[in-house]
Amino acid sequence: MKYLDEYRNEEIARGIVAELGRRATKPWVLMEICGGQTHTLMRYGIDEMLPAGIELVHGPGCPVCVTSLETIDKATEIASRPGVTLISYGDMLRVPGSRTDLFHVKAKGGDVRVVYSPTEALKFARANPGRKVVFFAVGFETTAPANAMAVWQAKREGLANFSMLASHVLVPPAIRALLSSPRNRVQGFIGPGHVCTVMGYREYQDLIREFRVPIVVGGFEPLDLLEAILMLVTQLEEGRAEVENQYVRSVTYEGNLLAQKVLAEVFEVCDRKWRGIGGIPESGLSLREEYAEFDADRIFGTEGVTADEPAECISAEVLQGLKKPTDCSAFGTRCTPENPLGAPMVSSEGACAAYYRYRRHAIPATVNR
Amino acid sequence: MCLAIPGKIVSSEMHNGIRVGRVQFGGITRETCLDFVPEASVGDYVIVHVGFAISRVDREEAERSYEVLESMGLLKGELESDLEGAEAEK
Repeated sequence: MKYLDEYRNEEIARGIVAELGRRATKPWVLMEICGGQTHTLMRYGIDEMLPAGIELVHGPGCPVCVTSLETIDKATEIASRPGVTLISYGDMLRVPGSRTDLFHVKAKGGDVRVVYSPTEALKFARANPGRKVVFFAVGFETTAPANAMAVWQAKREGLANFSMLASHVLVPPAIRALLSSPRNRVQGFIGPGHVCTVMGYREYQDLIREFRVPIVVGGFEPLDLLEAILMLVTQLEEGRAEVENQYVRSVTYEGNLLAQKVLAEVFEVCDRKWRGIGGIPESGLSLREEYAEFDADRIFGTEGVTADEPAECISAEVLQGLKKPTDCSAFGTRCTPENPLGAPMVSSEGACAAYYRYRRHAIPATVNR
Repeated sequence: MCLAIPGKIVSSEMHNGIRVGRVQFGGITRETCLDFVPEASVGDYVIVHVGFAISRVDREEAERSYEVLESMGLLKGELESDLEGAEAEK
């Protein structure tokens, strides 16, 4: 227990761990969906302090990691064109595409900029009417309303030089795909607290009915995650499968209806290819026909771009909870955050990056310099 | 980029029919859309994701989770921007 002593609620945390030890009579495999949760688990060494038999595997909840290779290729292609300013969230710049990444496009003179909010991209478009401003919009349900609002505003203002390369993904269809796989090992899920802040947890009840698997919506602090794990283990030991909400401070059953409204106004559900996982039906959001004039994919004619994923990266299995980052022969050697083979090593929320940062001791000594 | 950060609303005004405010995260202030949290006013704490407040939280909760994010060194990247405060480029 090397990290928890830096946490001010250490005593309560240790109490929950002890209670887990009393309640768990069998081994259980649990998955946290969200990359932010993965980070907390690693940072505080929570995975290493759980009673033997309770295993945490890490899910596909890093939007940067699951953005398909061809979407990255579309972004690099659009960003290379004259007159274009491509704007995105910082994590996207180093994600490798088939041939290059946005960081290299920028180094070669492409106008690529980082923002923390789509609102800034809108402002830039208003102030620079001579530039074709493309916002590269990735993200789960948490991010989609913000991106939707940017497009909605652009339409209302008639901002003709603004468009969006949209590649949003949805959590419940990804859980459904994981649970439908014959290789699935996951017996309980920690639900994504901020996705559910926006969407509520109504949708997760359908999953429970379909698969009889407990889901506990969890927050992002060490105590939140320990509590969610305890709630999951309790359900599993009692043979229950329900949706429970640990993160009541932020999540309600209905979610944020205003955010959902703008999301539904601008986006519609579509099939989506996930990097490392493949196509998942009805697992993405794309711009509605009424907003087609803001669809960068159409404007720049990149709809036909396709790409094959490199063989060495095992991110597919990492993102499905089948392997840990440290199971990869390239981890920490041929694949590092500075020189990533795959997306989970790039994003601050990727499981490989989190392991690299907090679990470098797991790299075999022979290769760890 | 999927993180959401708690901060304190320090100002709020209407801008083209949209409610926009400044939200303070530690020593950094960022423009934030407040349209999704009509219940929150100046002085309140909200959870902010990519420049949009998505829920209101109490002060103690906000301070605690801010501390956790800070301890993980994740705040800088999340609030990073090439454009914040930038003027129009010629």
